[in-house]
Amino acid sequence: MYLTSSPIDVAKMLLEARASDGALCLFLGVVRNENEGRATVSIEYQAYGAMAESEMELVADGLRRDFPTALVSMRHRVGPLAVGEVSVAIVAIAPHRAEAFAACRAGIDRIKTTVPIWKREFHPDGTSDWVDPTKESEDRVIG
Amino acid sequence: MRIHLLYFASFRDAVGRDEEDRDLAAGTSVRALWQMLSREVPKFASFPSMPPAAVNREYARAETVLNDGDEVAFLPPVAGG
Repeated sequence: MYLTSSPIDVAKMLLEARASDGALCLFLGVVRNENEGRATVSIEYQAYGAMAESEMELVADGLRRDFPTALVSMRHRVGPLAVGEVSVAIVAIAPHRAEAFAACRAGIDRIKTTVPIWKREFHPDGTSDWVDPTKESEDRVIG
Repeated sequence: MRIHLLYFASFRDAVGRDEEDRDLAAGTSVRALWQMLSREVPKFASFPSMPPAAVNREYARAETVLNDGDEVAFLPPVAGG
């Protein structure tokens, strides 16, 4: 299962290295206290659960194909999260750093593109918005 | 035939429900279903083009013809990560 409503156990994800691996790259997405200049007090991730699981598996399949030496594990939180909590974790383990970095970067980039997960940001005044990455400025979309 | 529609995130807010069943004429395509919904939901009518759609939990083309029992969802812009 790639999706979890419980805190992601990052330490456990780091224990999958094989004797032939010399590099481990970890990416954590963390809930920020603002977006596009508006303060955020908490967020909620909603997922199309069954499809999100299968789309995550397709991402994993693509990573195995494109980075055959890398072992990649991925987890994504759903439900309510507080500022500072880990929303997504990608661990890429490979014999050398180039594949580990590349597979890790590709993993998070592809998740953001295809996996049906949505983020609602709650503001200090009690209002909330669903985040639409297609309407954010370029630098935010890349980040 | 009858299909099962799911709504998520901003689309769920716009429609006011999570899911519903719909009876459709045989041969109805994904695009035709979107056009039908757009006539009912003002937010959908304001979109310049059809959003990504999923049939039975896989991304589907607008030309895809629906079958009895299909699970269909139109997907707002995803924002995982």
